[in-house]
Amino acid sequence: MITSGYPDSMRELIALVEATRPERLKTSPPRMSAKEREEILREWHPDYKAGTKRPLSIGPSKGELVPHEVADLLEAYPLISPEEVDLSQIDYDVDVLIIGGGGAGTVAALWAYYEGIKPERILIATKLRWGDSNSIMAQGGIQAADRPEDSPAIHYLDIMGGGHYTNKPELVRALVTDGPMIIKWHESLGVMYDKNPDGSFVEKHGGGTSRMRMHSAKDYTGMEIMRALRDEARNIGIPVVEFAPAVELLMDDRGQVAGAILFNLETSQYLVVRAKATVLATGGFGRLHIQGFPTTNHYGATADGLVLAYRVGAKLRDMDAVQYHPTGVAYPEALVGQLVTEKVRGMGAMPVNRHGEAFVYPLEPRDVESAAFIRECYGRGNGVETPTGMRGVWLDSPMIEELHGPGTIKRELAAMWRMFNRFGIDMAKEPILVFPTLHYQNGGVEIDEHGWTGVPGLFAGGEVEGGVHGKNRLMGNSLLDYNVFGRRAGISAARHAKVAKLGKLSLEHIVAYSKMLAEAGINNDRKAPLLLPEYRGERALARSLKIRI
Amino acid sequence: MADREAVEQEERTSLAEELGVRIYIMGKEYRVPAGLTIMKAMEYAGYKFIRGAGCRAGFCGACGTVYRKEGEYKLRFAVACQKLVEDGMFLVQLPFAPAPRVSYDLEKLRPTENVLLKLYPELARCVACNTCTKACPQEIPVMDYIQAALRGDIKRVAELSFDCIQCGLCSMRCPADIKHYHVAQLARRLYGRYLAPKAEHLAQRVAEIEAGRFDEELDRLTRMGKEELSKLYEARQIEEGVGV
Ligand SMILES: Cc1cc2nc3c(=O)[nH]c(=O)nc-3n(C[C@H](O)[C@H](O)[C@H](O)COP(=O)(O)OP(=O)(O)OC[C@H]3O[C@@H](n4cnc5c(N)ncnc54)[C@H](O)[C@@H]3O)c2cc1C
Ligand code: SF4
Ligand code: SF4
Ligand code: FES
Repeated sequence: MITSGYPDSMRELIALVEATRPERLKTSPPRMSAKEREEILREWHPDYKAGTKRPLSIGPSKGELVPHEVADLLEAYPLISPEEVDLSQIDYDVDVLIIGGGGAGTVAALWAYYEGIKPERILIATKLRWGDSNSIMAQGGIQAADRPEDSPAIHYLDIMGGGHYTNKPELVRALVTDGPMIIKWHESLGVMYDKNPDGSFVEKHGGGTSRMRMHSAKDYTGMEIMRALRDEARNIGIPVVEFAPAVELLMDDRGQVAGAILFNLETSQYLVVRAKATVLATGGFGRLHIQGFPTTNHYGATADGLVLAYRVGAKLRDMDAVQYHPTGVAYPEALVGQLVTEKVRGMGAMPVNRHGEAFVYPLEPRDVESAAFIRECYGRGNGVETPTGMRGVWLDSPMIEELHGPGTIKRELAAMWRMFNRFGIDMAKEPILVFPTLHYQNGGVEIDEHGWTGVPGLFAGGEVEGGVHGKNRLMGNSLLDYNVFGRRAGISAARHAKVAKLGKLSLEHIVAYSKMLAEAGINNDRKAPLLLPEYRGERALARSLKIRI
Repeated sequence: MADREAVEQEERTSLAEELGVRIYIMGKEYRVPAGLTIMKAMEYAGYKFIRGAGCRAGFCGACGTVYRKEGEYKLRFAVACQKLVEDGMFLVQLPFAPAPRVSYDLEKLRPTENVLLKLYPELARCVACNTCTKACPQEIPVMDYIQAALRGDIKRVAELSFDCIQCGLCSMRCPADIKHYHVAQLARRLYGRYLAPKAEHLAQRVAEIEAGRFDEELDRLTRMGKEELSKLYEARQIEEGVGV
């Protein structure tokens, strides 16, 4: 088995890519018309594939179509039962509980603090380490309309068109209006965005943008923002409990959300958190591997927040639309599914088929670009096959060096170059092989423009909520989303906490939910939230015993 | 009977071939297929990670791993999610580094020459042994940024350390007990806050938004239905220029 560099079979095909490169540097396929985009989506996007979704049979969004993998978790029984937990013993009594220590959670904590909540009255509970999240992985950039030739209104239009006009207008408006203020806040926190010598930002296009408004920090944008936010929250002294995912929300006898039950993953103990306001910031669902796709997401992206929110009566929206990123790694096998940032196409790398032909405009909206790749591989048989039978298309990365000069990739795409180089591929000299990968949860928990879910005491921000992007998110808008709605949710939670009066703590809602499941005839061997995906080898699992030690 | 034995023998051989790589997880031998990362190989062997796995893509530093190869005297370092298993690896993960950071108020600090040394006086103990650089799975010239920190060159520290995933391996190795990645974080924030030139167009735009300059237009857009919006969308002028 080849574990480093390309096998000969693939090298032969690379010669074809090299042969057409000079010509391709001069022209690119045109953008598709609105009609062509619609057609290719209908025929080739995984969202349109029959038999992959079902309507929810219970709960506040009953009847809505969601992928089977999501329905299986929503139509599942709680991990705990009320008899197991003693709600009179409170481990943490706080004003604001934030569930999820990624970008949205950290932003919410900071703004709850700026809004006047004392640090020790805030708690961040998170599943892995603080910052182990999708937020730290973002590479490409963050959008904000701050150049004179741009405006929040133009940004609004790009988002609505990209989302096929299914977005919630007031959320989009909040996103575009707060955008520049967020970047300014980051600037004051010392985030090292790429800048020109005069201090203006280096801003570029992303898929579906009509103005160049993508701010970046090399191809470590998410890491640079997350590091600075976390460092600031550490300076302030906001308490964090790691490896303690929320497994259920708590309510009180007045129907308000009043905290959560956490589960210490290392000791298997539960912890009771009472909170006057709770912010859900648990991120997305990539690790559900919808339709068997590989994913770019971090280890903890298992849709827990959707499950918890649904059980207390929050509505979900746009869950039928899943974002596949067109450029996930297809080779080497060890990296399959990991992200090749859109920046690679943005800087000029063109998708090319096995014959060395360009077949699609490189920066269509993500869903369209993905559909075009799938068609090329499975509809037209023009894909490149890897030794393990995976198919993909080339991304002609050496074009970047031709267009912007030698050394550009190592400098501006350091993370990408390093990743491939570790496996013997120099993307400055050789093209890389890509195929769509499960990337983003477009929909989620419904919120209003204040980050409120409609359930008293429960707020949400970031990838867990839906509506901002409608049925398709544009690159660079979700880093902005977690900042804008993390902030709004944090502020709203702080304000709510100042006036909220809690009643008696209760887990009655999960009893009621279980009853609903039983009445719908759902078998009780399905449990949720998932917490962590299962990747142990089949051979090991086949012999695993459940002996308590 | 003989047939069955032959089949079983064959199965065993093909299994041994398929599981051609021997790894030692904290000293204990497991056999795994080639072509897996250390992280996936450990999972293959039956480990379910709680600690030691975060992003699974080389960005978070949760999976710092130390290993030695059979017959080698050298200790090596990697992130488990980005390194292929090799035959005869003795592996241990270091998912946490007890390296305390110093809290500070960025608003009050100034990017002076001695600020890094003031907050992290142990910087002065660096003996220039380069062990930190050798430990870095990101191949960052760690010693060079520590030397720059000693000289008070904040910009250089910020630039050299930029790709740091804060795994802590450098600080676990340093004979001078320096907390490299915390020093680097401080330097980057000082650079971003005080030394990088400010974006004037940004300040201007924020002021315009606060003054309500776009309110009317956004009022109009938020009231528009799909048809009207899509006309505007399809007629957008696309600015010429490069993508991200
Ligand atoms: C590889 C990659 C590249 C990306 N690139 C870009 C980009 O260039 N531009 C852009 O705008 N967007 C990008 N995105 C999307 C963007 O990064 C995310 O949508 C965004 O950061 C989500 O932020 P979040 O805080 O909502 O979720 P996350 O950052 O994922 O944080 C959620 C946190 O909650 C924790 N958690 C989960 N369940 C529980 C529980 N039950 N209890 C407690 N804690 C829990 C998780 O472990 C995690 O730490 C990218 C995403 C990925 C994966
Ligand atoms: S500098 Fe230190 S903490 Fe940062 S990546 Fe290198 S070894 Fe890890
Ligand atoms: S390991 Fe410590 S002492 Fe050695 S060069 Fe690095 S910082 Fe200096
Ligand atoms: S798991 Fe994040 S760097 Fe390996």
